[in-house]
Amino acid sequence: MTVAPLNAFDLDAATPLVAADRTENAVELRNVDIVFGRNIAKALALSDRGEGREHIREQVGALMGTFKVNLDIRRGEICVLMGLSGSGKSTVLRAINGLNRVARGSVLVHHRGQPVDVTTCRSATLRDIRLNTVSMVFQQFGLLPWRSVRDNVGFGLELRGVGGPERARIVDEKLAMVGLSGWADKTVQELSGGMQQRVGLARAFATDADILLMDEPFSALDPLIRDKLQDDLLDLQRKLHKTIVFVSHDLSEALKIGNRIAIMEGGHVVQFGTAADILLRPANDYVAEFVKHMNPLDVLTAEAVMRPAHDLPVEGDMLLLHGSSGLRLTLDAAGRPAAAEVEGRPVALATDGGEADGLVVVRSDLPLKTVIALRDRARHPLVFVDETGRFAGLCDHGEIYRALLRKNA
Amino acid sequence: MYDWIVDHKLSLGIWLKALVDFLNVHAQAVFDFISVVLSATVDGLTQALQMVPPLGLIGAFAAAAYWLHRSLALSLFIVLSLLLVVNLGYWDATMETLSLVLWSTLTCVLIGVPVGIAAAHRPVFYAAIRPILDLMQTIPTFVYLIPTLVLFGLGTVPGIISTVIFALPAPIRLTQLGIASVPTSLREAALAYGATRTQMLFKVELPHALPTILAGVTQCIMLSLSMVVIAALVGADGLGKPVVRALNTVNIAMGFEAGLSIVVLAIILDRVCKRPAPRVRKATR
Repeated sequence: MTVAPLNAFDLDAATPLVAADRTENAVELRNVDIVFGRNIAKALALSDRGEGREHIREQVGALMGTFKVNLDIRRGEICVLMGLSGSGKSTVLRAINGLNRVARGSVLVHHRGQPVDVTTCRSATLRDIRLNTVSMVFQQFGLLPWRSVRDNVGFGLELRGVGGPERARIVDEKLAMVGLSGWADKTVQELSGGMQQRVGLARAFATDADILLMDEPFSALDPLIRDKLQDDLLDLQRKLHKTIVFVSHDLSEALKIGNRIAIMEGGHVVQFGTAADILLRPANDYVAEFVKHMNPLDVLTAEAVMRPAHDLPVEGDMLLLHGSSGLRLTLDAAGRPAAAEVEGRPVALATDGGEADGLVVVRSDLPLKTVIALRDRARHPLVFVDETGRFAGLCDHGEIYRALLRKNA
Repeated sequence: MYDWIVDHKLSLGIWLKALVDFLNVHAQAVFDFISVVLSATVDGLTQALQMVPPLGLIGAFAAAAYWLHRSLALSLFIVLSLLLVVNLGYWDATMETLSLVLWSTLTCVLIGVPVGIAAAHRPVFYAAIRPILDLMQTIPTFVYLIPTLVLFGLGTVPGIISTVIFALPAPIRLTQLGIASVPTSLREAALAYGATRTQMLFKVELPHALPTILAGVTQCIMLSLSMVVIAALVGADGLGKPVVRALNTVNIAMGFEAGLSIVVLAIILDRVCKRPAPRVRKATR
């Protein structure tokens, strides 16, 4: 078996997707109840007594869209709302820009420097949020079929009152960004589905909104195009650092593009966490069943499977990495790996994974697939460092096996 | 029981007559005003059309049709068929009818499109006016010809009013249909990007409904043309008059020629008002 070339892949995977400022939330949902139909007050009263969706529908005829949903969506992350149809994922998404009316609770959107509750704000403010802060991409594209590509991309700007050369400049820029420069004057009906959704993306980017809502944007496309657009979206996100709330019913899509994933079932958020959290520590049987058949190789990173540094036994100024072979590691004052030895004999530190005889030191955000390939070639367990170069953890065969068997918890 | 029902006849007809009489006495000024304005506009357009030499006007019609549709065949048809009308001697009557049809269609569109938009936005309002629209289309024309005759006097005006009553439901219904059938996904897209109600109407709803509204206008023109003969009964000028006269004198030749002129006008208006072929051709993928 040949080992895949690692270097290009590693650099790419190591670029952080999350913006530096992680303290601020772009969107916060607080105890959001959404009810469709009449008798909203009665439905809420029943839901407070802990009644389920079916019971409430039979009793009062109203459908509970969501039950007490709480989500903090951080600035610059891709948050995927994931669930089967009817789980309430689109319902939550559409509450963020007020397309769905919230029966109870609040939806705070970071708008012009402060959080604004879209459930109670004035309609002029809501319009301002839709014009400037939140834009949206739709499953069925939502493009105006009688308009040219250019006029569709400029739609949001047109509604905002941006006209003339400025709109033309922005539209051209966004069309170039999604790779449709030569198509500006076609009508949207002349474009394939994948290209139409690129127009949808360009339209969403054109208003320069910080928050992008994506309602199953790639579900209507065939698998190859879907994969390509997912990659393109990730590429764009590395440059643009938008806050993206992405609805999907496809777990592999969610794991591929989501920094964090909220799994929804029957109007409840049953788990909200990273891909590793969901794969290795499913919150309940529903999630466990959901992720049972997922391939963890592409999803998990070394960070999720490694034995963390603080678990390793300390011997004087050294850390014992491997008991039976007597592999020990010395750290410098800043906590970076400085030297290693096996039973007193020094071992070289190999940072690029090329020297199989040395102790391989690599970044902890490598995908599990790469970790396995590295460990297969290396003589010693792998040593991981964080983005500042400090020792983070260790991974040997055992950690890999346990990760594959999902027994890390 | 039967006798009681027969003996206590409801005075529906009497009540309506009282209403018309009341209007005739107390709102005479209003109806006179409408009458003067309408006949002035219709006659004005007729005279303007008749002032131009027929051959020049035929050329202008053919050129306008070519500009709209880029079809030589259509322009050729217009030239030949209108020359036939000139030859038969019905040119002036055809222009009078054209003027009547254009004004009644314009009136119908000016009233029908806004009402249709309102009906699409307010289902309750649409439910309320639907029986009225049905009534306008099904009640025999002669029935409302009588009160309009009383209120507006003989001539073009009662003809145009009756025509409007008969043709108005078409643009209302089709405008309502066009706007109500805007897909939710388009409405939501516009809403999500911050469209106001006015922007929604002019940038999403009306463009989407335009083909349907145009179909309503075409239908309206055809319905107006079908009223030409009936309008002539109350004194409206145009191609209806020779038809009525031919009927009274059992003149087969005159009836056929005047009827043919109406058909020619109908075909031309229908072809010209059809939605122009889309400018961009659909690409083959």
